[in-house]
Amino acid sequence: MALDKIEKLLEKYFEGETSIVEENELKVYFTSTNVAQHLEQYQPIFGYFSQAKEQQFTQEIPLKSKKRNVVLWLSIAASVVIMLGVGTFMYFETNKLEQFAACSPEDNPQLALEQTQKALALVSEHLNTGIESVNYINEYENSKNRIFKQ
Amino acid sequence: MQQNEFIKIVSPFKDKLFRMAKRLLVSTEEAEDATQEVLVKLWVKNETLNELKSVEAMAMTMTKNYCLDQLKSKRAGNLTIVHNNYTDREPSLQQKLEDADSLSWVEKIINNLPEQQKLIIQMRDIEQYEFEDIAKILDMNETAIRVALSRARKTIRETMTKTHNHGIG
Repeated sequence: MALDKIEKLLEKYFEGETSIVEENELKVYFTSTNVAQHLEQYQPIFGYFSQAKEQQFTQEIPLKSKKRNVVLWLSIAASVVIMLGVGTFMYFETNKLEQFAACSPEDNPQLALEQTQKALALVSEHLNTGIESVNYINEYENSKNRIFKQ
Repeated sequence: MQQNEFIKIVSPFKDKLFRMAKRLLVSTEEAEDATQEVLVKLWVKNETLNELKSVEAMAMTMTKNYCLDQLKSKRAGNLTIVHNNYTDREPSLQQKLEDADSLSWVEKIINNLPEQQKLIIQMRDIEQYEFEDIAKILDMNETAIRVALSRARKTIRETMTKTHNHGIG
């Protein structure tokens, strides 16, 4: 290739005006064996550009996002199970209370009577034990009466 | 999209991503990590990839951003000892031999350019992208790219001739 053309291209090249085709012409010229002596200084530049393009990415592409998804789904499943467990437990616990509260006398007079009796019995039983312990106070009353002889 | 389909899309430009990452991060290991990271990010986007005009330009932009972020965080944590800022002052024998090699001189000069110029040289002179594509990837206008490119090329030339004249190269 004519030397003056190369020189012109070089000038354009350093101004950033060359096209890809022209840059390839320069590359071909400078990687050939017969480079004019006063242009030899540019040889390594174009040599390097060609050489640098040879480097390759040899690593595997780690598409581990699938695996990551499995872990994600597992943790979601686990938390759902836990929530369900806690939920059902709570549900049955409150249900027991609700069952008790929900039996109005209209629904089931027999059961209502039983429950009421049970409750009343419980109250009176506790009341009795309470009264028993209050009996001690009567002793004080007795002795006071004995002393002051009303 | 299936894995093999994705790999088919990615394989024509994965080397370009790697070379760009290496240009910015210098260390091969870090560049490999960066490339993998970007590819995984692309894979996660998966469904939306088909809608893109150019997956390659997108991937290049992502690589650029990822590497610049890496560099920024490395500079922020200036006390971390990483293998590439924990080097012996005295260049190793191998380094000395490499220095004698003028091709690696060019590499050194490019690595000393500002990041933007590095990117432009990488994309234009090594990967031979058209200015239009570079403009898209870097989100700059073409004139600014030409100016930066010209500046970078001249810097390389000047540094080369300096070493040439001193007989080091």
